[in-house]
Amino acid sequence: MAHGPAKGIGRWLFATNHKDIGTMYLWFSFAMFLLGGFFAMVIRAELFEPGMQIIKPEFFNQMTTMHGLIMVFGAIMPAFVGLANWLIPMQIGAPDMALPRMNNLSFWILPFGFALLASTLFMEGGAPNFGWTFYAPLSTTYAPPTVNFFIFGIHIIGASSIMGSINIVSTILNLRAPGMTLMKMPLFAWTWLITAFLLIAVMPVLAGAVTMMLMDINFGTSFFNAAGGGDPVLFQHVFWFFGHPEVYIIIIPAFGVISAIIPTFSRKPLFGYSSMVYATSAIAILSFVVWAHHMFTVGMPLAGELYFMYATLLIAVPTGVKVFNWISTMFRGAITYETPMLFAIAFVILFTLGGFTGLMLAIAPADIQYHDSYFVVAHFHYVMVAGAVFSMTAAVYYWLPKWCGRMYNEALGKTQFWISFIGFNVTFFPQHFLGLAGMPRRYADYSLQFTDWNMVSSVGAFIYGASQLLFLYNVISTIRSGEKTDDPKVWEGAEGLEWTLPTPAPFHTFSTPPDVK
Amino acid sequence: MVSKAKRLILSTLGTVLLGFATQASASGEAERPDGWSLLNMTEGVTGVSHSIYDLHMLIFWICVVIGVITFGVMFYSMYAHRKSSGRTPSNFHESTAVEMAWTIIPALILVVMAFPATKGLKDLYDTSEADIDIKITGYQWKWQYEYLGEGVEFISQSSTSQASIYGKAPKSEFYLEEVDKPVVIPVGKKVRFLITAKDVIHAWWVPQLGVKKDAVPGFINETWARADEPGIYRGRCAELCGKGHAFMPIVVNAVPEEEYLAWLAAQKAQAAVEKEAINNTLTFDELMTSGEAAYNRSCASCHGVAGEGIPGAFPALKDSVIALGPVADHLDMVINGSQTNAAMQAFGGQLSEADIAAIITYERNAWGNVPEADKTVQPVDVLKFKQGQ
Repeated sequence: MAHGPAKGIGRWLFATNHKDIGTMYLWFSFAMFLLGGFFAMVIRAELFEPGMQIIKPEFFNQMTTMHGLIMVFGAIMPAFVGLANWLIPMQIGAPDMALPRMNNLSFWILPFGFALLASTLFMEGGAPNFGWTFYAPLSTTYAPPTVNFFIFGIHIIGASSIMGSINIVSTILNLRAPGMTLMKMPLFAWTWLITAFLLIAVMPVLAGAVTMMLMDINFGTSFFNAAGGGDPVLFQHVFWFFGHPEVYIIIIPAFGVISAIIPTFSRKPLFGYSSMVYATSAIAILSFVVWAHHMFTVGMPLAGELYFMYATLLIAVPTGVKVFNWISTMFRGAITYETPMLFAIAFVILFTLGGFTGLMLAIAPADIQYHDSYFVVAHFHYVMVAGAVFSMTAAVYYWLPKWCGRMYNEALGKTQFWISFIGFNVTFFPQHFLGLAGMPRRYADYSLQFTDWNMVSSVGAFIYGASQLLFLYNVISTIRSGEKTDDPKVWEGAEGLEWTLPTPAPFHTFSTPPDVK
Repeated sequence: MVSKAKRLILSTLGTVLLGFATQASASGEAERPDGWSLLNMTEGVTGVSHSIYDLHMLIFWICVVIGVITFGVMFYSMYAHRKSSGRTPSNFHESTAVEMAWTIIPALILVVMAFPATKGLKDLYDTSEADIDIKITGYQWKWQYEYLGEGVEFISQSSTSQASIYGKAPKSEFYLEEVDKPVVIPVGKKVRFLITAKDVIHAWWVPQLGVKKDAVPGFINETWARADEPGIYRGRCAELCGKGHAFMPIVVNAVPEEEYLAWLAAQKAQAAVEKEAINNTLTFDELMTSGEAAYNRSCASCHGVAGEGIPGAFPALKDSVIALGPVADHLDMVINGSQTNAAMQAFGGQLSEADIAAIITYERNAWGNVPEADKTVQPVDVLKFKQGQ
């Protein structure tokens, strides 16, 4: 019995349809992206020149903390969950997600988690100010009282992620159409399957870390307090045991997106499908055994330092395999350069640059100079922004016509690409120089030799920020008044089950399973 | 304009590609890149910093070569294999031989890279047979240096004024890289640094010495440096430690050994004079004058220059219970810190008796404060309070 969506607000509040929930995730994450981006603009405005002009140092720290937390937990992670909701059932021939009511719950607790977190900005003592990595004891003994809101916010966000992941794992393992073996799945489904297992493994670790903080702050324990027999460095080990897999949680679904887009616009099958699956799994497994490379200056014994250096260097091998596979996919194809492909190519180039600086950072003695400097800031923005955010943008341009049956404006899309690409590089490339020359990260103010590149970086940031408003405009105008299309394939070279469905994708799809050859 | 831009691009490229780095000049102040020439890591002035720099350039060049090959193929393909050139796409999608090759070759490169990195790290960790031990303690937001076995210790903190930070006074050449009292080390001697912190985690970073080590409360980390040439080396705190994170610079003055010994002797002599002076009785005006200076140095970053505090984070001292109440509570708060708010440090071990007396006197009488009793506090009162507990 086919039926359409419910009427009114109930359609969204009580949504169990994977497409509606996916849509809500995507809009929510974009709202968070703009909020986190606004904080970034405040940071870059203050850093435009030396001296404190706009805000005070204590508020600056709140901005860097909230920027990091909102972007990681509010923008990037929910964006990929939204994408998974929309695409995974359509890509594996399933009628919906396996656990639709839990799907509703995992989305609807998110706004409450972030309301809890963002409300601290208006409280006495201000928002959390200890960095998104919230190292103890700055985040415990020395934290503002709002830290408790932060802790419960993290708990809620973590619960949402775990539920989302369970749903994705159940869907992929149980609801694939007959004939859709695991090794026939599109890579996006594969990368999300791996990501979901990572999330299920590490979100409880994060929950443990913040719970220990809660105990230290309110109930007199001393997990992270040396004066009570605890260890502040323990916090960092626990945090990064979560944190390193977390950065791969952010980037691995992006690999899946790029592995869909490059073959489409190269009109050639993905090179090395099975090695892509193995490489992604290898990266995921390695992510559990390299965490202390974030802590090379903390005073680990030499043996520990050497081990974490060697293990970290190993990650370059599977990561290299992926990049080589993408380039080989393009090689001797017939390439066209629509907006999604432009973002995908930029992803490959800039993510690889971020990979190179990652390799440099892995060299422990050199990391003595890089550590906690702007070099690190440049590195992780190359993989997080040019990696995760560029791939997410590519994904929206790529699948939006399928979702809403309307074509985006190609000229506007390309314009947004070039502004983003230039703005991004002008912002973050000079930060390599700043870091190498000795500017530490999370500095509200800096000495005079750093002025010029900071100005360049700030100008780039405003350009990049503006390009996101153009993106918003382009998406809204596509949905409202884009040129209608009913071509199921949308793109000449697109392959996969989602492109066999009508365009726009109906509210319910694959009520009977498709034939998979 | 065009030629200027071109020159800029060329010099930037040249600097990046040639790995240009500045050397310390003979004049004491190390020459440092700024503006557009600020591009690369310093080579520094120690054996460790040189080996770090060499590793950095080695891995950089390896990345450049891999990047040129990888992107070369990619850009070639983007141009030659575009659809608009009328191509029909090939259909190949795997090649075991090629895939094996690009798994094994990078792995071999990494193995080769691991050897010099291991050697560098071992060297960096070898803190044995040091000539001098200096204990460094991080506080919010200053550094304390203690020359172990010499009886010399002092606090070193930023000498950049709040006025210049907030644009009310011009910024000096070494804005946010200047301190009231630099740490002095002898050239050519192996100096071991024992690094810890009293409150939150800090990190002691001096790029030209090739030293960065976290200062963790409750733990002592070790690292070392042997400066090959005299000079003034400026560094910073590298671990987020609160609102003053950007405002606790480090200045290391590396001098010839004779000069170092003379400096050390002078420090000891000065400490003796200060000890003597504890028994002197100071006038109210003297206390207020030195109190204002000491307050602005040690207290104003939280409690405000006008004692106004920061609502919700740091209490105001104007009209406060402590500043107006019994002097014993006031002494207790300053010397032992707050029992309920960790941000209020125990200043008893950081500040001299004379400074504490002056600060307390100043806090009790400045900004219109009128204490119930005990208008002034003398250094000897502070000493007695400390001895009495």
